[in-house]
Amino acid sequence: VENVRLLDRLSSRRAVVGTLYLTATHVIFVENGSETRKETWVLHSQISSIEKQATTATGCPLLIRCKNFQVIHLVIPQERDCHDVYISLIRLARPVKYEELYCFSFNPKLDKEEREQGWKLVDLNEEYNRMGVPNSYWQISDVNRDYGVCDSYPTEVYVPKSATAHIIVGSSKFRSRRRFPALSYYCKGNNASICRSSQPLSGFSARCLEDEQMLQAIRKANPGSDFIYVVDTRPKLNAMANRAAGKGYENEDNYSNIKFQFIGIENIHVMRNSLQKMLEVCELKSPSMSDFLWGLENSGWLKHIKAIMDAGIFIAKAVAEEGVSVLVHCSDGWDRTAQVCSVASLLLDPYYRTMKGFMVLIEKDWISFGHKFNHRYGNLDGDPKEISPVIDQFIECVWQLMEQFPCAFEFNERFLIHIQHHIYSCQFGNFLCNSQKERRELKIKERTYSLWAHLWKNRADYLNPLYRSDHSQTQGTLHPQIAPCNFLYKFWSGMYNRFEKGLHPRQSVTDYLMAVKEETQQLEEELEVLQERLANLQKSQSGNNKVKSKQQDRSKQFGLYTSNNSLANTPQEYSSDLKSFPSRSPSQGDEDSALILTQDNLKSSDPDLSDNSDQESGVEDLSCRSPSGGGCLPSEDSGKDSDEAVFLAS
Amino acid sequence: LLRSSQPLTGPNRRRCREDEQLLGTILGEGERGFVLDTRSAQAAKQARISGGGTEPKSCYPRWRRLHRALERGRPLQDSFSRLAEACAEPALSVERWLGRLDGSRWLSHVKAALSTACLAAQCLDREGCTVLVHGAEGTDSTLLVTALAQLILDPACRTLEGFQGLLEREWIQAGHPFQLRCARSASSHARGKQEAPLFLLFLDCVWQLSRQFPFSLEFGEQLLLTLFDNAYASAYGTFLCNNERERSLCKVKESTHSLWAWLNQPEERHKYLNPLYSHNPLVIWPSVEPQSIQLWQGFFLRWIRPSQHLEEAWGEIRRLVQGN
Repeated sequence: VENVRLLDRLSSRRAVVGTLYLTATHVIFVENGSETRKETWVLHSQISSIEKQATTATGCPLLIRCKNFQVIHLVIPQERDCHDVYISLIRLARPVKYEELYCFSFNPKLDKEEREQGWKLVDLNEEYNRMGVPNSYWQISDVNRDYGVCDSYPTEVYVPKSATAHIIVGSSKFRSRRRFPALSYYCKGNNASICRSSQPLSGFSARCLEDEQMLQAIRKANPGSDFIYVVDTRPKLNAMANRAAGKGYENEDNYSNIKFQFIGIENIHVMRNSLQKMLEVCELKSPSMSDFLWGLENSGWLKHIKAIMDAGIFIAKAVAEEGVSVLVHCSDGWDRTAQVCSVASLLLDPYYRTMKGFMVLIEKDWISFGHKFNHRYGNLDGDPKEISPVIDQFIECVWQLMEQFPCAFEFNERFLIHIQHHIYSCQFGNFLCNSQKERRELKIKERTYSLWAHLWKNRADYLNPLYRSDHSQTQGTLHPQIAPCNFLYKFWSGMYNRFEKGLHPRQSVTDYLMAVKEETQQLEEELEVLQERLANLQKSQSGNNKVKSKQQDRSKQFGLYTSNNSLANTPQEYSSDLKSFPSRSPSQGDEDSALILTQDNLKSSDPDLSDNSDQESGVEDLSCRSPSGGGCLPSEDSGKDSDEAVFLAS
Repeated sequence: LLRSSQPLTGPNRRRCREDEQLLGTILGEGERGFVLDTRSAQAAKQARISGGGTEPKSCYPRWRRLHRALERGRPLQDSFSRLAEACAEPALSVERWLGRLDGSRWLSHVKAALSTACLAAQCLDREGCTVLVHGAEGTDSTLLVTALAQLILDPACRTLEGFQGLLEREWIQAGHPFQLRCARSASSHARGKQEAPLFLLFLDCVWQLSRQFPFSLEFGEQLLLTLFDNAYASAYGTFLCNNERERSLCKVKESTHSLWAWLNQPEERHKYLNPLYSHNPLVIWPSVEPQSIQLWQGFFLRWIRPSQHLEEAWGEIRRLVQGN
C-alpha cells in the first residue's frame, strides 16, 4: 500500500510517508525519503493487537501494538486498503499451526552440524553435574522417561535418594497436573536445595502418604536441617479458595517437619491487567509527571515485581543463611514457581549471573520444567486469558538487580531485551510449545535454530564492561535490601519505551566502556609484542645503541568514539506545559554521525534486521526515526492576559 | 540571554522610557525577542496590584511574552520536605511510595525547570532570538532558568572550571539570597519564611542532565552533593550572605577562604571529575518526558541507601578509563 504515513508517538508532525508491505512473515514499512529509505520491520509473531480507528480527513488510522512494546501508528489513505490490511494482519498475527511460525522458515545459512551444535550449547545434564548432583543425597530419576507420569515435566528429573519410583508416582497423583516435587537448585555448600512442584490436591482434608514421604525425602536429603520450608507463592485467600476445588496447600499437621509460608504473588490475570495499564500510561500523549506517576502506581506493576523479588530473596536467604531446603509451588507450578525459583537461584549462585549461566537458568527453570510458552506468549492463536507477562516480569527482576548491583552480572541490559524480544519473535525454536514433550514431537531441534547459539555468537554485544569475575560483587550471594526505600524499583523505560530513542540517555556508557576495554586489551597485547621485540633487539645490539621502540600514541580519544560527541539531537517541543502541543522526544536528526556508532554496533545486536537473511536492509533499527523536524516556534499561552490576546490576534 | 526582575508597571500601567529604550536597543534591526516570565500569566497580572507586573505589548512591541510558571518559595520548600519525609520512611509499600513521590510534586518541578530552560535555549539556539528571563524578584527561578540554559547551550559551562564560573555569575553574583534560602534544611522544623530549595532544584536538574548525557559534563555527582552541603553550611565564604553588597560589607573576601580555591587543588579536584567526560561541542537537549526524569537517589537516599555497590561500579569505570 502506498502513501501510508507512519506517525511518531509523540508528535503527529513527524509523520513519515512511505509504502507498507505485507509478507508471509513480516510487516514492512519503507520510507519514501530518497537517500535513506529507512525500513521498519515487524514480525507477525510480535503483533499483539491491531486497532483500526475511525477514519479522519487524513486517512484511516491503524495501530499495531507489539509484544516487544513497539507501537506502530499508521495512517492509510483509503479506508478500503486499511480494512484489507487490518483483516490480513489479524489472520497473519494469529497463526493456527506451528509450521506458520517464522522459525520454520528462518534460514541463517548454517549447516546441519552447526544447527546441532547450536542446540548442544546449553546442556542441562552438565548443569546438574556442575551443581553437584547426582550425589549421595540426590539421584536422577527416569520415571518420567515417556512423559508417563507428568507430561509437562522433562524426561529426566532429580529427586532425593530416598524417593523411590513408587513415592514419585504416588506423589504425582496428589499434585495438580501431576507436577510432583523435583529439584530445581542444589547448594553443594550446605546441601540445602530448592525444589518445585504444583499445589497438592488436599482439599480440606485429603492426605497422601506418598506425597508426605516425598517431602520427608527432601528434608532427609539435607542432613544439616531438621525441617523444610514450604513456600506457597499465592495470596493466602487464593490458596484457601482452591481448597474448595479439591486442591489447596500443605497442612503443617499432616506433613512432619515443615514450616509453611505464604508469599503472595498475584495470578496471571492480575499481571496481564497490570501490564496493560502500565502500557496505557506509556501511550499517553503528553503526560505530566503526575499523570505518569499516578498511572504507574495505579497499574501496580512495580508492586508485583517487588513481590516476586521478595519471594526470591526469602528463598535465597533460607538456603544460604539458614541452610534450610525449600519446596516452592503456586497453583500449577509453572508460572510464579518458575519466577521465584529462578530469582532465588540468581541471587544464590554467581554462575547464573554469567551469560552462559543465565541461558542455562532459563533452559532449566522455564523451558525444561514446562512453562507454557505457547499459551503465555501466544505463539499460536489461543485463549487470551492464558496470555500473561510472566517471563517478562522475571527478566525485569534481573534488570532491577542489575541496576542495584552494576558489577555483578556478566551481561548487560541489551542481552535481557533481546531475550525478551525473541521469546515473542518465534524466530528461534527454544520458546515454542508448552512442554518438552510437545517440542520433541514437533522435532524442534531438527527444524529450527537455537537462540542461545545466536546470542553466544554475538556475545561481545552483550557483555557488561563492569563485570569482573574476581570482583566482590560478583562472588557469592547477592543481598538486595528488601525495604522499599533501600531498593527503589525503577520504571524500566529501556524495555517499555524501547523504541523511543529520544527518551534514553543518548550516549551509551556500556558501549563506550566495552570499547575502552577492548582497546586497552589490544594495546596491552601490542605492548607485550613490542616489549618482546625490544628485548630481542637489545640482546642483539651492543649496549650503547639506543633502540627506539615504537610506542603508539595512546590518546584518550577513540577513533570510533569521537563521533560520539557529535550526537546530535533536536530539541523537543518544550512547550509541553500547555496541552496544545504534544511534547515529543528529540530525534536523532541532522548529524547522522551518531548513527555511525550505533549502526556498527547494533548491526548484529538488533535481532530482526540482522537476521533477515534474504532481505537485509542495512538499517539497524526498528524505531521509526523521523528525519529532523527541526525546532519549532515555541508555543504561547492561549492568552488569558489581554496583552497576549491582542498580540496573538495581530 | 538576559535576566532582570519584573517591571514595576503597577495598577496604573506606568511606563518607563528608559527601560523601553534599553530593551529596544538590545534587539537588532528587525529582530524579535522573547520575555520568558517564570510566573503564570495569572500571577504576573496579579503582581500589578502590588506595584509589579509585566511588560505591556504596546510599549515593547518587538518582544513576545511567554509564561512558564515555576514554583518557588514556600510551596517549593514544602515539596522538598514531603519528598524527604517519604524517603526517610522505611516501611512504605511501593504504591504508597509512588503516591508520596507524586504528591510531593518535586519531580514535576524538576520537569518544569528543565522544560523552561530548554525553551529559553531553544529560542536562542534555534530561533536566534534574544531572551529576557524574569520572575518577580529575579533572584530565584530566573537564575535557575538562565544557569540551566547556559549549561544546555554552552560546552564551556560544562567543564569543572566553567561550571564554577557559571555558579559564580548566575547564582552568587547575580544575588540569589543564599543566606535566606539555605538557612536551615528540609528536616528542620524551624523554617524561615524565606527558605526555599531553589539551588537544590538547580542541582537536581544538573544531575538529570548528567544522567542523560553521561559524557558531557566534566564533573560528577560528588560535586553536586558537595555544593549542596556548602550552600547550607560551609567552612568557606563562597555561599555566605545574600548578595555582593552584603559580602562586601561583611568583608567576606578578606576574612574567609574560597570554596573554589579548595576544590580546584589537584588533590581535591580529581574527586569531582567525571571519568567519562569528553568534550561535547554541541547543545545538549534533554528529554523532559516523565520517564526521563528520575529521582536523584544519590541525593535523596544519600543517608538511607547503602551506596557501596554503585561506588564500586564507579571505581570500576575509573579503573577502565584510566587503565587505557
